[in-house]
Amino acid sequence: MSTSANVGGSVASTNGKSPASAKKTGRGAKVVGWADERLGLATAAKKNLRKVFPDHWSFMLGEIALWSFVVLLITGVFLTFWFKPSMVEVQYFGSYAELNGMHMSEAFASTLDISFDVRGGLMVRQMHHWAAMLFIAAMLVHMMRVFLTGAFRKPREVNWIIGGVLILLGIVEGFAGYSLPDDLLSGTGMRIADGLVKATPVVGTYMSFFMFGGEFPGDDIIPRLYMAHILLIPGLILALIAAHMLLLVYHKHTQWPGPGRTEENVVGFPMLPVYMAKAGGFFFIVFGMCALMGGLLTINPVWKYGPYDPSKVTAGSQPDWYMGIAEGLLRIMPGWETHLWGHTLSWNIFLPGQILPVALLVTVLAWPFLEAWVTGDKREHHLLQRPRNAPGRTAFLSAMITLYGLLWAAGGNDVLAVLFHLNLNHITYFMRGAVFVIPVIVFIFTKRWCISLQRHDNEKLLHGYETGIIMRSAEGGYTERHLPISADSAYTLTARDRDQVFVPGSGVDANGVASKDGKLDGVRGKLSTALFADNMQKPTAQELEEAHHHADDEHAHEIEAGLDHSADGHQFDGRHPVDGEALRGDH
Amino acid sequence: MSDHHDTESNHLPASVEEPIANPGLPAHKPRPTDVDVKAERRAERQVAAFFVLSMICAVLFCVAYFTLDIKDETDTFIGLGASNVALGATLGLALMFIGIGVIHWARKLMGDVEIFEMRHPAASSPEDREETLAQLSAGLEESGIARRPLIRNTMLGAMGMLGLPLIVGLRDLGTLPGKKLESTVWAKGTRIVRDVTGTPVKPSQLEVGDLMNAQPEGLVTLHHEEDVAEGEARGVEYLEGVDLQVAKSKAAVILLRMEPKDLTFSERSPQNWQVDGIVAYSKICTHVGCPISLNEQQSHHLLCPCHQSTFDLADGGRVVFGPAARPLPQLPLRVENGYLVAQSDFREPVGPSYWERDSK
Repeated sequence: MSTSANVGGSVASTNGKSPASAKKTGRGAKVVGWADERLGLATAAKKNLRKVFPDHWSFMLGEIALWSFVVLLITGVFLTFWFKPSMVEVQYFGSYAELNGMHMSEAFASTLDISFDVRGGLMVRQMHHWAAMLFIAAMLVHMMRVFLTGAFRKPREVNWIIGGVLILLGIVEGFAGYSLPDDLLSGTGMRIADGLVKATPVVGTYMSFFMFGGEFPGDDIIPRLYMAHILLIPGLILALIAAHMLLLVYHKHTQWPGPGRTEENVVGFPMLPVYMAKAGGFFFIVFGMCALMGGLLTINPVWKYGPYDPSKVTAGSQPDWYMGIAEGLLRIMPGWETHLWGHTLSWNIFLPGQILPVALLVTVLAWPFLEAWVTGDKREHHLLQRPRNAPGRTAFLSAMITLYGLLWAAGGNDVLAVLFHLNLNHITYFMRGAVFVIPVIVFIFTKRWCISLQRHDNEKLLHGYETGIIMRSAEGGYTERHLPISADSAYTLTARDRDQVFVPGSGVDANGVASKDGKLDGVRGKLSTALFADNMQKPTAQELEEAHHHADDEHAHEIEAGLDHSADGHQFDGRHPVDGEALRGDH
Repeated sequence: MSDHHDTESNHLPASVEEPIANPGLPAHKPRPTDVDVKAERRAERQVAAFFVLSMICAVLFCVAYFTLDIKDETDTFIGLGASNVALGATLGLALMFIGIGVIHWARKLMGDVEIFEMRHPAASSPEDREETLAQLSAGLEESGIARRPLIRNTMLGAMGMLGLPLIVGLRDLGTLPGKKLESTVWAKGTRIVRDVTGTPVKPSQLEVGDLMNAQPEGLVTLHHEEDVAEGEARGVEYLEGVDLQVAKSKAAVILLRMEPKDLTFSERSPQNWQVDGIVAYSKICTHVGCPISLNEQQSHHLLCPCHQSTFDLADGGRVVFGPAARPLPQLPLRVENGYLVAQSDFREPVGPSYWERDSK
């Protein structure tokens, strides 16, 4: 099947139909020839240069993450030219007068030098920090997009897991990065990290002493974090991004259903030139945005915090936002500790600091497998689902987002108390209950909301859209006129699967294939009912037929009436061709 | 385009029909730039203009780099350094204009006809899979790994044992904890000195309600040679560098003077540990180790700014709120030569809990 048959005719004429000069093309072909004779890339390039990518704004979110990682690599290399990852105590004699003569680690002193004695150094430092926040934020939002549209379904489960690991690595990388300047705030963060590590049962103190090269804070942690921050973790991230992208190319991108779009094709624009230009251009936008933020928005002004001193702390100490949920968990956890045979098990630190944040991520990462097990669906899926058409899934993520937000707020309970003149203790007590109650409420609410949106879609299919035109009948009653939606919209609304509720013991799975009864069939049936039983299914052909027939019969005159001269202005409702239409003021 | 295939029938049970058939790809709608030469030329000029703007910004970046001073000029311009603002703005715009120009080019002038490709199943063809499995079993068969358990098991054993050098090789990452977490530099007779100046404290210098951040003598860097000499003559060791940081991270204390009648004495906070209502507590939070600093004067409550654990210093450092599980350790005080000194080290480990800690 040719993919380029129709392209020639529609490109702007200035692009030219023939090469600008024959000589140039000859040289290009020569270069390709030289390279191909040695590398043999033409076979792979032939398939991929014009690879089709579908278009939708939400597909750009992962791109933001990718490009901000490239910005991190570039700005990070710049910073390594001057940063000295050393905890040797030095006396500072640089340009920042307020800290002149103070004793501090070489890491902190070199951070001050980058900020005040290297031209553009502060800008690049701030770009690096902003890009890091953008990287993690974009990954999280991209993950939500993938989740809400069901893009994680077969065959993309492995890429979903890779993405989850990337988020975890990104957070660890960010924490390692902002700890490097060895300022008072990040040093306090390291101290909290030390406390978390020490709370590990059995091996906690050994882990702490091996991390810090002895007792906290020691003088090894900054050089070690530096190695992890510039080599180990970015290497892993780079490798996983490569795998993520390769799988994306192999699976081809998912697409939204619509006219001409099926599970078997992918409709969109070719990589060369359109996506090369759009994605490449977007890299410059992301890079430029980071540069603007680096120049105009102050972030992490370490010179105001001062060097790390283990006996000092600043009020309102808070980590970067992506550590917020761990911080919130630590703050609202009651002070539970168990003493057993001369040993201490600190639930109050171990649970919120180590177990729960990872457990939350694993729960979200495990969802695709849970869902696939409940539905028994073994098919490949390349068409995306609207969030409303998977009410249980959408409700689950809404509940998780709510939990995330609550923990975030709990992580800033002191700030909230000051800002809203509330009692700090009351906020904390409230949060202890809220994290259990509010996500459940949000789950139920979101699920019902999705189902009523589904109902609304069915209304549109069966009875048409609301025109906003109020008709008065001969009897004096008022009704709003409905008109059928366009064939393309109607198709798009129905381009989704019907949900099948699994009934234990039925011996038939969602695909109608006979299956053996499993041990967990009861659980599966309950989950299936909870997730799918209440959903609205799209109308059948018969229902559509009947509805339209009904409309034709009963309301034919109403629908027809006045169509040639609808209420003035309503012809511009965006659903009809309006060529040559004008406001009919004379009517 | 005849790309519409009856794909659904491959996936869905035959009993479920689709209510509306796929109408196929809609026809391409030309953009103004496709049909109007004027619009096309205008778009071309716009794209070029963006690129020219980018060039100008790149030049301005260089001008700003060499003309604007950085040094201590951190708030010349709306609280930011002029150089920083200028460099960020020019570099940012130079990059953005390239991006905007290229995307404008793509949207207005490059082909915008949607094309399509067919997908392939993620799985390999059954033949490929069979061949792979056949080759795999042929290879395994030739290796004889299944037939020679002696070789297989010793090889697995050897590889497993390699884990030992890997783990043992990391032994020198740090010293072993030993009993290090159980003690601090406080000892019998160690003077309490002010956190900043390093001067010793007389009980009369603290008013009721006063809170003072303090350290053991030797952990505060003194500025006069003669003071150091005087201290060293009394046997004080002045720490520096890592040793100082490690000692400080455990030894920092808080002094608070209250009305003696407000104090509650108990087994963990006996009456003879205080001096005229002055008590000393570890400044290191028993939750995860932040230095505690916020004092509520009326209630003798001390709040950790990190996770808001709150301790009652009038009642043996009891936890009154928050995630901390154990009271703040108290430092026994007495007066020696008119100055406050420690009776001994803390009687229990300071700072966060850990597995080996044996105390309630």
